[in-house]
Amino acid sequence: MSKFKKKTKAETSIPTSALPDIIFMLLFFFMVTTVLRDQEILVEQKIPQATQLQKLQKKSLISYLFIGKPKNTSLYGSEPRVQANDVLVTAPDIVQWVNQERDKLPEADRGMITISMKVDKDVKMGPISDVQTELRNADARRVLYASTGKIYED
Amino acid sequence: MARSKGRGSQEVNAGSMADIAFLLLIFFLVTTTMASDKGILNILPPKLDPNVPPPDIQKNERNIYTILINANDDLLVEGEYRRSPDGLDKEIKEFVLNFGAPTEKGVALYNTLPATVQAQALRRPESSDDPTEAVVSIKTNRGTSYELFLEVFDLAKKAYFEIYGERVGLTAEEYRKLTGDDDATQALLDRGKENLPMAISIAEPDKIGGN
Repeated sequence: MSKFKKKTKAETSIPTSALPDIIFMLLFFFMVTTVLRDQEILVEQKIPQATQLQKLQKKSLISYLFIGKPKNTSLYGSEPRVQANDVLVTAPDIVQWVNQERDKLPEADRGMITISMKVDKDVKMGPISDVQTELRNADARRVLYASTGKIYED
Repeated sequence: MARSKGRGSQEVNAGSMADIAFLLLIFFLVTTTMASDKGILNILPPKLDPNVPPPDIQKNERNIYTILINANDDLLVEGEYRRSPDGLDKEIKEFVLNFGAPTEKGVALYNTLPATVQAQALRRPESSDDPTEAVVSIKTNRGTSYELFLEVFDLAKKAYFEIYGERVGLTAEEYRKLTGDDDATQALLDRGKENLPMAISIAEPDKIGGN
């Protein structure tokens, strides 16, 4: 018994004085990377995967369109809908929305407006082609099919 | 004098600092969403003028690599049925780099390519004449799933990026990551795709079987 007791007398406590610093470091990392959602997503968003992803240089040129099945099916039905800003729109409204988004950009960048289409996996090509037709009408022809990375097995 | 006054308790109790920081940390951990602005870039064709009839483009059938996807997500690639798009990237690459009967522009392009890319020219008479003529055409149906379309489009892009990369001695991955921020990388980017446009045509979906 006494033998064991003697052993435990050794210094066992881990110094925790640097703990706040580590926590602060993590805290700052998350504070910097965090983006507070300014809009509520009303449609389902399961983003598909792809391998050939490109990143855009200028984030300010991107406007987002969300396409998917509405989360609240009792209110909006179960057919895929398009969300621009924080409302669900129909295809003919897209031209007006694009013009509004374009007006927010500085004049020199207006031709380079890019629409990031965040499309749910389960959507069919029909609604997407309708949206693309409207984008062509609005002359916003740079489209980014948002997708997440996939590990490619060769 | 003043010193003796301040002797009482000069240090602020910092023991609970970690707890406060933890609280904030957990708040940001929960609310954070990693910004992801990655995706596959596509340039849509310009709007058609209703007064001008669509241009009648004469192209040899052998210069078009047709991929049809129907509402059941079956593929018809160059008239051949298949269930999955696996391996399409390699076939598209072979098709683009075929150099079956190069035109004047094609010969000039061929001479600028490094030997490793030149060696990939199969020179099949039934495949594309040269990369400046070759077009990859993807046609979907309104009922085709977006996921499969994106996968096929992704593979077509992959084929082109691999060609661009090999031209400047990089892998497709490295080429794609070039940002063009400075002159050196911009020059690499330009050299990769010089005279070799990424010709991926996305036809308007047809109406049968869709919703």
